[in-house]
Amino acid sequence: MTLLEVRDLAVTYRSGGSDVRAVRGVDFTLDAGQTLGIAGESGSGKSTVALSLLRLLPVSAKITGELLFQGEDVLTLGWGKLRAVRWAQMSVVFQGAMSALNPVRSIGEQIREPILLHEKVGGRTARARTAELLDSVGVPSSRANAYPHELSGGQRQRVMIAMALACRPNLIIADEPTTALDVIVQAQILELLTDLVRESRIGLIMISHDLSVLGEVCERLAVMYAGRLAEIGPSRELLTDPRHPYTEALAGAFPTIGDAASRLAPSGLPGDPPDPAKVADQGCAFQPRCPVALPDCATRDIEAWPAGPGRLAACVHVLDKVSS
Amino acid sequence: MTAAVTTASGGLTAPSRWNPVKRFARQYVRMPTGVAGLVVLVGFLVLALTAPLYIGANNLDVTKVNGPLLAPPSSAYWLGTDLPGRSVLLLTIWGSRASLSIGIIATVLTMILGTSIGLIAGHFQGAVSRVLMTITDWFITLPSLPLAISLAAIIGQGATSITVAIAVTSWPATARLVRAQTLAVEARPFIERARALGAGNTQIMSRQVLPNVMPLVLVSSTLTIAGAILSETTLSFLGLGDPSTVSWGNMINQAFTTGAITRGAWWYLLPPGIAIVLVVLGFTMTGRAVENILNPRMVGARS
Amino acid sequence: MTTPNPVQLEVAADVGGVGTVAPSVGRARSSFPRYLAAKLLTAAISFLFTLILGFVMFSLMPSDPVHTLTRGRPTSAAQLAELRKELGIDLPKWEQFLHFVNQVIHGRLGYSYQFSQQVTSLIAERLWPTILLTGSATIISIVLGLWLGVRSGWKNGSLFDRVSSGVSLTLWSVPTFWLGLILLVLATSTFTGVLPAGGYQTPAVDYGLVAHWIDVGKHLVLPCLTLVLVVFAQYVTIMRSSIIDELGSPYLLTARAKGLRDDDVRRKHAVPNALLPSVTIIFLQLGTLIGGAITVETVYSWPGLGYLTYEALKIPDIQLLEGTFLVFSGSVIVMNLFADLLYRFLDPRVRAQ
Repeated sequence: MTLLEVRDLAVTYRSGGSDVRAVRGVDFTLDAGQTLGIAGESGSGKSTVALSLLRLLPVSAKITGELLFQGEDVLTLGWGKLRAVRWAQMSVVFQGAMSALNPVRSIGEQIREPILLHEKVGGRTARARTAELLDSVGVPSSRANAYPHELSGGQRQRVMIAMALACRPNLIIADEPTTALDVIVQAQILELLTDLVRESRIGLIMISHDLSVLGEVCERLAVMYAGRLAEIGPSRELLTDPRHPYTEALAGAFPTIGDAASRLAPSGLPGDPPDPAKVADQGCAFQPRCPVALPDCATRDIEAWPAGPGRLAACVHVLDKVSS
Repeated sequence: MTAAVTTASGGLTAPSRWNPVKRFARQYVRMPTGVAGLVVLVGFLVLALTAPLYIGANNLDVTKVNGPLLAPPSSAYWLGTDLPGRSVLLLTIWGSRASLSIGIIATVLTMILGTSIGLIAGHFQGAVSRVLMTITDWFITLPSLPLAISLAAIIGQGATSITVAIAVTSWPATARLVRAQTLAVEARPFIERARALGAGNTQIMSRQVLPNVMPLVLVSSTLTIAGAILSETTLSFLGLGDPSTVSWGNMINQAFTTGAITRGAWWYLLPPGIAIVLVVLGFTMTGRAVENILNPRMVGARS
Repeated sequence: MTTPNPVQLEVAADVGGVGTVAPSVGRARSSFPRYLAAKLLTAAISFLFTLILGFVMFSLMPSDPVHTLTRGRPTSAAQLAELRKELGIDLPKWEQFLHFVNQVIHGRLGYSYQFSQQVTSLIAERLWPTILLTGSATIISIVLGLWLGVRSGWKNGSLFDRVSSGVSLTLWSVPTFWLGLILLVLATSTFTGVLPAGGYQTPAVDYGLVAHWIDVGKHLVLPCLTLVLVVFAQYVTIMRSSIIDELGSPYLLTARAKGLRDDDVRRKHAVPNALLPSVTIIFLQLGTLIGGAITVETVYSWPGLGYLTYEALKIPDIQLLEGTFLVFSGSVIVMNLFADLLYRFLDPRVRAQ
């Protein structure tokens, strides 16, 4: 059953007097219980895609395309309906939970808030559910009255996860959930997320710049560059046999623990990620940094072409492979 | 920060020295409130400075005037006359001299006092700094008008006591600002280098820190002048000014104490007050415009 | 001196570090008694400084204090000698100061020859009208200022915001006393009879309880209105910059994502956080409120401490001036103490320190 279908999503910001096209036509689908990772550098548009799913972008952002969530287009929902969808059907785990949690409210209060908002239950039920949720993420329920600053970074992230699960949503978006956590805590959080998602058959979209993390957790992977999808497909295949030079470079930049060979592989890309305000419409945005660029890559129309079963890649070399 | 940094170097660098100033001027012209404020200020300054050219003892000395007593505005006296028969319009123009001069002098004193204390508190760490800052913080909490009134009453009526009273109540805010800026500047590496080269405390404070602190001080001084003028008028209104001089505060004081109010002489009351509002707004808008250029902020909105 | 400029207020919140709190992770909450004791000590030291300042200032009088006090009143040499002994003028300065502190602690603030009354009893008489005036003006200003400030800051840059900021800035530039006089002129000449032209109550009329309060209320309208107009603008500015500072905070995005209405996001999340630095700054404005009260009471002949101060300027009545100075400074210190305690109550991060 298709949970989410994104068609031709485009997001444009008005900044100063000019338009910045942060997302320039993205398509993907997600089924119930599936996990999808979206990877990319800063400025690639991955966070924008995540936030646009619940229309959480600033007023200055214009969104076009179709966001079909459980059959309904989120972009055309009225405010009342949208607010009902927010959190109860689709929730978010934000990064940097120190500032994503209200500093002057206890964590218990903040978890109870969406429960009381979306469901017709009393305070006692909400408290009981909060205690359960905290236990399920490994935070002692006795800490429900603690304030965010009284918890460690890892505990706060667990609280964010508990909060996201509060209304039993069908889809969770995790935006860089493990950034700024140390490695051991990172592993714990990821394990927690995967277990919870598997048990309750919740759909998960995880955003990260860390490809290895996504490879561990997600069944499918999408790589974004300059507001477009560079490649999408099953994560294992994508990492072991990338079809887009950017994916290849990204995969090479993160050594896989246990695989000695990866540490020796050349990594690092020359140049900087492109400025979203300055990307041209025509041609491949990756071309300036691409090691295998062809002369007409800067001008021809680039699409996401099929690159295998369930795979798409926006690189002309895919066409060569197919034809050869 | 685009401070108009100057060095002691000579004519070789003269052409490029004006660039930061020109850039500043170009940005300033684009802010309508700042321009309006500056126009008002220049207008009043011109009025104040040129007043002696057409206002003399004939208009100001109560024994020498011969206008109608407390008359409403007419074609002869555009803003009417006061109790002894002087033209309110001329009085208002003349009054700008006292109010502006007291405001500016008091501000200069405030700047000197506040900057010195702030510099010392920021430069010398440890006990000296802590003591100075404790005193400054405590001083800020003192209610300023009672303090100013007490000081002025002790020193006696007149411009001097008002000026001193304003300076004594205004320096803490400047000191705090300067201290914070001194700490920020001294954290930079060039201070360490100067020290390593054997620069003494006075040298570091005056040659290295002070030029970096001055722009901020100058910006805040426009706002301080605005407050000083308001204070001067308040103290004059309460009767602490020199009754023989003409200032805006004194005019309103006289309107109050001689019963002009009960006689409904609004023309005596309105002009000095409006002048005060205009000048204070002028300084505030100018100060704000300058501050915006040196320290822009970003704003945004979400749905 | 007077009220800090609206722009300075915005800067103060950043520079002075008002309301900024160092986060502490996982620390136990420190005890309240210890916090209270520390704050009380600070308050006591502040008051000591104030006493020192008051003493030094008033001993700077150029003329003989005894002579000034008894100016215009016939006194015998014996009375003068007695007065000298009472004031302790013949003692060395150090002992004089201790004598002075002792007097203050026992509530003896001197004698006013102008009123032929003990300063302390004079102050006690005039205390209530000032509290009534400043109290009502503060409450109205805070409510009005906070509401306008939150609205302006939330819809930053909108027409509402720009108009509100413009009005606040203009009102700050208006001298309090002048505004009061204008309103007074309007009341007496244009709208005669609707509102009284000053004073606390209609003289020589004996009202019953309710009628008396209505009468006082009518007399309160203009002074309170004047004070509110001048003071509320600062609160608008403070609250507005506080809200603007909170606008970009991630926890607001979280709240929106939960499906809360915009109004609820503002009320339940942004405002409580924005209130924190505002509370501190609002209490720090107390000094300027006192300044405003002095001028407003003078204009309207409202028989409070402010008017008393103005009357003390006439001779000048030094003991009375000193007394009112100490009372004003003391009340600011008490209010600051109260602000610290309130802040601890409101901000859970402070409790952990």
